[in-house]
Amino acid sequence: MSATVFGLCGAVTAGLGLYGLITEAPALRKILAFNLLGAGTFLFFGVVARRGAAAGFGGDPVPQALVITGMVVAFAATAMAVALLLRLFNATGATTLDTNATRARNDSSDA
Amino acid sequence: MTIGFALDVAIAVLVAAVACWTILARASFAAVVGFVSFGLLLTLAWVRLYAIDVALTEAAIGSGLTGALLLGAAARLRTNESAAQAERPGMALSVAAALLSVTTTAALAAALLLLPSPAPTLAPAAAANAGATGLGNPVTNVLIAFRAMDTMLEKVVLLLALVGVWSLSSDRFWGGPPSPLRAANTDGPLSFLTRLLTPIGIVVGIYILWEGADNPGGAFQGGTILAAMWLLMIMSGLANAPAVRSRSLRLVLIAGPTVFLLVGLGGLWLGDAFLAYPVAYAKAVILVIEFVMTLTIAATLGLLLAGPPAQEASR
Repeated sequence: MSATVFGLCGAVTAGLGLYGLITEAPALRKILAFNLLGAGTFLFFGVVARRGAAAGFGGDPVPQALVITGMVVAFAATAMAVALLLRLFNATGATTLDTNATRARNDSSDA
Repeated sequence: MTIGFALDVAIAVLVAAVACWTILARASFAAVVGFVSFGLLLTLAWVRLYAIDVALTEAAIGSGLTGALLLGAAARLRTNESAAQAERPGMALSVAAALLSVTTTAALAAALLLLPSPAPTLAPAAAANAGATGLGNPVTNVLIAFRAMDTMLEKVVLLLALVGVWSLSSDRFWGGPPSPLRAANTDGPLSFLTRLLTPIGIVVGIYILWEGADNPGGAFQGGTILAAMWLLMIMSGLANAPAVRSRSLRLVLIAGPTVFLLVGLGGLWLGDAFLAYPVAYAKAVILVIEFVMTLTIAATLGLLLAGPPAQEASR
């Protein structure tokens, strides 16, 4: 029963992350939203693990281990994305991926 | 039971509400602060799901390290905040995104309610084979033994991410140390806190690694704490960020995957399969892998957070 509550919570979090990923213009907010999407998905894994409780364990250890691996990889991807964003900012002054806006800014700085 | 259930509902509602705040907050800095609290609340949810190992990882990496990384980025991008805010999506896009997100949530919820019962589980298999490794923590067993290939490849992914981050440095700074991340005022409280906290943190990190054999904990969680202590010392000016061309640093970075790979190839040569541990020495082999891996994890996570080289290399 409790597992279902957290599963619904994970579904809502993933939905919110997806919404933010599409609508937010600043790249940093997109990275944040992507992490929310991931966290919601991980929570789903946790619910599946909890439902698989057996043999004296509170949860199935296999999905739990997969989530731990996933979290470390998510951090690595986030670090890479943040480094790309800061490089973009240092090179062009832009913090969004809107190519039109970036081009307009470059044109005005050239002039 | 009812009190426990009420607690679960309260945690779930709080997690969803803070996630909402993270998306809707106007200022990026506020959104990142929301994300950190989201991670800490999520840690409670993991505890309630009987996944203490995952809760430790979420608190250390998901909330802690990711939060620190994003806070640093938000602070550096602050000057551009208003310009980026001005680029708002159109009404049509917002509505379409909201529809898509509601549909996704509904589909996930439906999938959740339609999960098969009784749930399929590998817990009995993990319990039956626990004797082969001599470890009491089933999650550590899965990570280091039963699905060791995942963990080994994940070390490689961390290394590739670090190579990616380093490759974003400008030519001028290549080979030098990353930006020192130094606080504006390193005297006083921060320096005092670092001197007080670092020895305790190192002991806690090693303890969590050691305890990971039989209780919740392990190489990831311990390594993250060690990385945090290292970063704290760099931020407070008590240690210098290492130059990325340093040979000893690079040896530490590749030590984890290398030891893992050597043990794996040894299993192919001496035993039955790639990564098959000799049963008589399984625990000793696993401990060696875990200790080396913890060092590599601590160094890699710390350097990922520090970012690309941003100072001239000293001659």
